[in-house]
Amino acid sequence: MHTKTPYPLGSREEFYLFFSLTDSAHSICGLPQKPFTTPPLTRKRKAAEAAISDNENTSATKRSDPPSRNATGSSSSNSRENTTSTTTRRESDSTAATSGDLEVPVRKKASDLATPATTTGSMDSDDDFMSDASSQDDFLDTQGSDDESLGEVDFGDDIDMGFSQDKDIIRHTRKPYEVEFKVLDPEDIDREQKQQINEVSLILGLPPESAAILLRYGRWNRERLIESYMDHPEETLEEAGLGTNFEETPKTEVQPGFMCEICCEDGDDLETYAMRCGHRFCVDCYRQYLAQKIREEGEAAKIECPGDNCHRIVDSKSLDLLVTDDLKDRYQALLTRTYVDDMDNLKWCPAPNCEYAVDCPVKRRDLDRIVPTVKCSCKHHFCFGCTLNDHQPAPCKLVKMWRKKCEDDSETANWISAHTKECPKCHSTIEKNGGCNHMTCRKCKHEFCWMCMGLWSEHGTSWYNCNRYEEKSGSQARSAQAKSRASLERYLHYYNRYANHEQSAKLDKDLYLKTEKKMTSLQSQSKLSWIEVQFLDTASQALQQCRQTLKWTYAFAYYLARNNLTELFEDNQKDLELAVESLSEMFEKPVPELANLKVDILDKTAYCNKRRVILLSDTAEHLKSDTWAFNIDWKNDGGVLKTTPP
Amino acid sequence: MGSQKRIAKELAELTESPPEGITVRLADESNLYNWHVYMEGPENSPYHKGTFLVNLNLPTNYPFKPPTVSFGTKIYHPNVTNDEKGSMCLGMLRPDEWKPSSKIVAVLQFARQLLAEPMPDDAVEGRIAEQYRTDRKRYEEVAREWTRKHATGKKA
Repeated sequence: MHTKTPYPLGSREEFYLFFSLTDSAHSICGLPQKPFTTPPLTRKRKAAEAAISDNENTSATKRSDPPSRNATGSSSSNSRENTTSTTTRRESDSTAATSGDLEVPVRKKASDLATPATTTGSMDSDDDFMSDASSQDDFLDTQGSDDESLGEVDFGDDIDMGFSQDKDIIRHTRKPYEVEFKVLDPEDIDREQKQQINEVSLILGLPPESAAILLRYGRWNRERLIESYMDHPEETLEEAGLGTNFEETPKTEVQPGFMCEICCEDGDDLETYAMRCGHRFCVDCYRQYLAQKIREEGEAAKIECPGDNCHRIVDSKSLDLLVTDDLKDRYQALLTRTYVDDMDNLKWCPAPNCEYAVDCPVKRRDLDRIVPTVKCSCKHHFCFGCTLNDHQPAPCKLVKMWRKKCEDDSETANWISAHTKECPKCHSTIEKNGGCNHMTCRKCKHEFCWMCMGLWSEHGTSWYNCNRYEEKSGSQARSAQAKSRASLERYLHYYNRYANHEQSAKLDKDLYLKTEKKMTSLQSQSKLSWIEVQFLDTASQALQQCRQTLKWTYAFAYYLARNNLTELFEDNQKDLELAVESLSEMFEKPVPELANLKVDILDKTAYCNKRRVILLSDTAEHLKSDTWAFNIDWKNDGGVLKTTPP
Repeated sequence: MGSQKRIAKELAELTESPPEGITVRLADESNLYNWHVYMEGPENSPYHKGTFLVNLNLPTNYPFKPPTVSFGTKIYHPNVTNDEKGSMCLGMLRPDEWKPSSKIVAVLQFARQLLAEPMPDDAVEGRIAEQYRTDRKRYEEVAREWTRKHATGKKA
């Protein structure tokens, strides 16, 4: 059946809900609960371990720039040198500066970026693929240029060029895993939209309301639109739902002898309206038609003339003439919505009730090499590529695969294959429910030993005590079993850690909600002022962010092939994890002790943030230069296991 | 509002000069919004000689919202659901295709045209559509059989 999903303003919140639902659902979906969740005990034990390792913390801090990093393969030695030097420098900064660095409110950052001069000035070829958006015109021109024929910004070529030049100064303004973006409020969006409409209106010499329809028809790809208009003006106008007649200003008329085709009313005083296509209806019907389209169907940009088979688009001037003010507002809001939806470089912030949009020049095809995490003015961190919550360092495609894997029944099947065995002859799945090892398949009557899977007849007299390992018949059956078991265990290793951080982040979040209470009580118990107890808030935010990152490092690592780079990654991961667990431990201390721990917590918070920056920078750079080796070919076909590991 | 006048006019037109193979009457004389349409199977189609009851329901805000059509007589057809609802899939009845000035007569003519030429690409019964594509002869046999069984005789 044909069903059309209306697009009311509220739908964005629903999307968000959907995501968060699925997010929390994958621990239940299809996976047997018990063997997958880490029991609370494990968490406690981990915390204890972290506390112990905390004593060795000083040594850990010294190691903060892992010596092994300098020993990386020489494949991209240039880039290595650059990063290492900056990393070291950053680490020599005072702790306060580093933690403060991360606290820079994005609003401010965004407004900085909004000034083209500042942005282009501080950026260079290194980041060409992002800096383009600094100039309104430039990034519009590249809009929709996925079609390779149009002038495009080549992301790929810039990478090496960037690293080969000494751009250490730039590195300070933006870390390798950060992308340029700008947060737009509804007025900004409106302004941008109007500006484009006016420009095209001037260039083509069309009234603004017609230029708007033309632009919407061409999905705001100005260059292509103007070209198309220049080549075949009439066809373009016709296709876009515009006529060629632009002279008269719209007005309602009373025509004697008129009968409205919609309501079949006639009457000499019936007020009527027709757009330039000439399909005339009474004003009441026109109004009702528009009201229904706008209010019920959430349509704005593509409202056609009510005439049968007429595809002329209702322009904003006609609309203004006919509808009430509240509908006009809604109409404008819907137009803004389609504007953002149409633009590849704009996305709505997915947070509930947030009305900001984010402008980020990262293209779809760049998503294999970059994880564009943006922060909305409402403080929500999300991925510009897929609008899910921040999932650095894992690229969108891997995230999608991982989530699917976690939600799918595929792992249940894996579980089954590890906990059951197949009849060596007819391959029916058999679960042993206790008792002797002499199995007789109910289906094919094959007799075999549960322990070695070999023929029972080969067992001779060693009943109930299988000590035969060497026999061929058994070893073949066993190896298939072992393989599936190993793959399951590997998955569980990563999944448990992934899920644990998710769970811990939730617990930390609960704690965060209590933080304010804690801070007040800390204020009253010690003589600290409110501003001085802010360290708890900072610590809590760092915990959230680091756990979010850690969580995704496990999904990322699951797909990594084993090599030196992966080991370095795991070292970084371990460092961050240790730091986070020990901060988490401190954070849970009773309130009276917290005041005394202030310096430690501050230090640890800064250290956590630093470890996170190091890990993310490292991952992002290798992603950009395509030096990671994965155990699947995720970029092309979305996840077929490679037969031979690299 | 104006919907009664418009519906009455369309009904009058359809009763006065009915299109080929189509007869309309109100399901209940006091209710303008439920119509019974009797549709004769087109010639050269397996539905020939059958008469099908089509229920046409008009929403209260007709003509701003499209009418709905469903088959009251069981029919073997790729575009009609094979259940007691007999729902039909018509592109022009989609909210974004429907225009307030579109007419019921066009809807009915389109529906009858669909009996003559099913659209397997927009099928609601995938299995029948598949058969229509690959084994036209068998499809026609079954459709004819169903027509004989359900759409002829006293019922219609």
